[in-house]
Amino acid sequence: MVDLSSNFLGISSPNPFWLASAPPTDKEINVVRAFEAGWGGVVWKTLGEDPHIVNVNGPRYGAVYSSDRKLIGLNNIELITDRPLQTNLDEIKRVKRDWPDRAMVVSLMVPCEENNWKDIVKKVEDTGADGLELNFGCPHGMSERGMGSAVGQVPEYIQMVAAWCKQHSSLPVIVKLTPNITDIRFPARAAQAGGADAVSLINTISSIVSVNLDTMSPEPSIDGWGSHGGYCGPAVKPIAMNMVAEIARDPETAELPISGIGGITTWRDAAEFMSLGASNVQVCTAAMTYGFKIIDELTTGLANWMEEAGYNKLDDFIGRATPNVKDWQNLNLNYIAKAKIDQDLCISCGRCHIVCEDTSHQAITSSVNGARRFEVIDEECVGCNLCVSVCPVENCITMEQQTSGVDARTGKPINANYENWTTHPNNPASAG
Amino acid sequence: MQSELIQKLTTDLHKPLSAHEALVESDRCYFCHDAPCITACPTGIDIPLFIRQINTQNPLGSAKTIFDENIFGGMCARVCPTETLCEQACVRNTAEEKPVKIGELQRFATDTQMQTGKQPYSRGPATNQSVAVVGAGPAGLSCAHRLALKGHKVTVFDGLEKSGGLNEYGIATYKTIDDFAQHEVEYILSIGGIEVQHGKTLGKDFTLDSLKQDFDAVFLGIGLGNVNNAGLISGDVSNVENAVEFIARLRQAQNKADVSVGRRVIVIGGGMTAIDAAVQSRFLGAEDVSVIYRRSQSQMNASDYEQSLAQTSGVLLRTHLQPRQIVLNNGVASGVEFEYTRTDGDSLVGTGETVTYECDTVLLAIGQSLAEQAQQNGITLSANRIQVDDQQRTSDANVWAGGDCASNGEDLTVAAVQAGKLAAESIHATLSS
Repeated sequence: MVDLSSNFLGISSPNPFWLASAPPTDKEINVVRAFEAGWGGVVWKTLGEDPHIVNVNGPRYGAVYSSDRKLIGLNNIELITDRPLQTNLDEIKRVKRDWPDRAMVVSLMVPCEENNWKDIVKKVEDTGADGLELNFGCPHGMSERGMGSAVGQVPEYIQMVAAWCKQHSSLPVIVKLTPNITDIRFPARAAQAGGADAVSLINTISSIVSVNLDTMSPEPSIDGWGSHGGYCGPAVKPIAMNMVAEIARDPETAELPISGIGGITTWRDAAEFMSLGASNVQVCTAAMTYGFKIIDELTTGLANWMEEAGYNKLDDFIGRATPNVKDWQNLNLNYIAKAKIDQDLCISCGRCHIVCEDTSHQAITSSVNGARRFEVIDEECVGCNLCVSVCPVENCITMEQQTSGVDARTGKPINANYENWTTHPNNPASAG
Repeated sequence: MQSELIQKLTTDLHKPLSAHEALVESDRCYFCHDAPCITACPTGIDIPLFIRQINTQNPLGSAKTIFDENIFGGMCARVCPTETLCEQACVRNTAEEKPVKIGELQRFATDTQMQTGKQPYSRGPATNQSVAVVGAGPAGLSCAHRLALKGHKVTVFDGLEKSGGLNEYGIATYKTIDDFAQHEVEYILSIGGIEVQHGKTLGKDFTLDSLKQDFDAVFLGIGLGNVNNAGLISGDVSNVENAVEFIARLRQAQNKADVSVGRRVIVIGGGMTAIDAAVQSRFLGAEDVSVIYRRSQSQMNASDYEQSLAQTSGVLLRTHLQPRQIVLNNGVASGVEFEYTRTDGDSLVGTGETVTYECDTVLLAIGQSLAEQAQQNGITLSANRIQVDDQQRTSDANVWAGGDCASNGEDLTVAAVQAGKLAAESIHATLSS
């Protein structure tokens, strides 16, 4: 029997799926519905100081769709909670009392003054919450006031505020990072230097999701104007996973626990984040797209996969893929692969041919002996995988490793030895 | 029940795609390289491009891609047997036996354009050369439109009251509701430079020689004026009618319910016309309708889709039966005697065994042939059609022909449109040289 229970910084939850700090965790009624549905924990929507902020009174969200209006990406200009601080604190206390087995982490954002942080962490501690998440990520609105990503973009500020929180609270401190930076490792190192117990990432990406070409207003449009929002949803997952991996494999932060966030929609997304080093995951857009019931797919899907793969508990696979993420220069240049087209599966759409012909290596035929047929020309194929990427039929084109003989393209024998760029004769910096 | 059936006569066979449905369906197109669907389209429409234009919410661009090759794109979207043309070639068939709905997407794009009330073409600079087009059907008007695009002055002659040819007179009502055929004619003629003269028949009101004198070139798109009856009938029998005439009568009827077919209808034939006549008979309230064909069902000219439409509409398909005689009772047909057939090698032979089916109406759909007037112009014929080359040129250097009357005619709207287009290009090249 697979055990999905999670322990993150000593905070236990029945599964590794938390709802991220966002609209789904803004109110008691929502959070109770989430716990009833089976979510492992929540990060309560970011609290600020009174007087509470206000939101726009028009559209807050903009979307990127597929043709069938499947939500690919979501963007928002909503700010932190727009309810009085005490209302939130009372609700947090009540929900944690009623749901002791679920993780209750509280997200915070106040001005960068020690007393402001000291005050609010004390108030949160009094609710019985399990931990703090410092919101250094929101890229819109609050950043104009020197908070959110304005802090997350300055490693010194991250370190300073994290240190204050650790000093004035006994609760675990998670620093939520913004992706709107150049190198995610620097803010992560700063969080660690400030004593943070973990980082969570990513927060949303600064974005303009669409422009209304009739009104020339960015969307979501507020009275004809728009402002950049924070982008999230399935579209951001690859960006988020890279950032998680960069922190996980950075020797300086290799031991720093990570809560993975960014477009997690299915159990597979969660498993991928965790394999790259996230100890648990936070979900928002998927819940905001389909409702809380998706937790049933997330938990059963993850459990079934773990069972098939032979993993009994989360720790068995967390970080398993991290060591395989390398710098490019370490990749094996003697690994030779070539595309192979399964003629029984091929439906003859010809896309592999035309993209290879037009944009790549002229390595796929369009006809053989006068008949429409798509075959790889080994003499030209560099193994780039573009044909696999564009083929509409799963497993029709595969990349086959060549382990013996001669590479038909280069005429050189296959070399079983690992060799990389660092020693390649063309590398000006190599020893040769 | 009766009224429900009769409503089907004037209800779209396929409900038009909504904008969202079109977006979803167009997303299924793979934008194939050297796409097989283009090759399968007799007019060579760049199908992947027009579908991609729908998917990028550019329906007017999409419509122009279609009309560039086929000015009757709207009608062809409704009547083309797509399951044997573009959709049969769709690579999606290979993987999932479910092609992209090319015909319905084409209708979405062309309807969108036509609803704007204007076509994306204007007449080319006038050339001072004139062309006579005989027949205002798909071949003739396709030719006329392309010639107008090139700046030639076109005069179209047609014996009937309305333009459109078989689009107006020869297709089931449910395939072209809301007077679509006439709207399409107006749309095509709106390019300007085309004059249509109705009530003018070749051989009666003018001759080919006179046209050759008055015009720089002539295009014949006269269709097939004679209806075959296989010697089954001589003189008028009130309840025996040619299916094409029945279809035309129903199309032109203000009130469809005024056309009566009786309770039991026998349609003799196996093509699209037979199916159109039979299905419409059912919708008119006939209880017992059969299409009776001398060969096997797979040899019917009607497509599989048409056959199944007939069957789901309650039409019985009987095969391997050839008509021997129409049984007359007091000058009225009371039934049809058939002889069973079997295939002997390549030929069909009668078994000698017969059966008689009673009926109230007999509709003959056993083919059409070239009208006599068209046969007497000194133009070479081939298998009783006007012989043409791959540019639709006849044996007369000033005369072109296309559509059902020509030797490469295929009894398909889309093929007629292509023939008219090719002829126009050839006429233009000749007149320009």
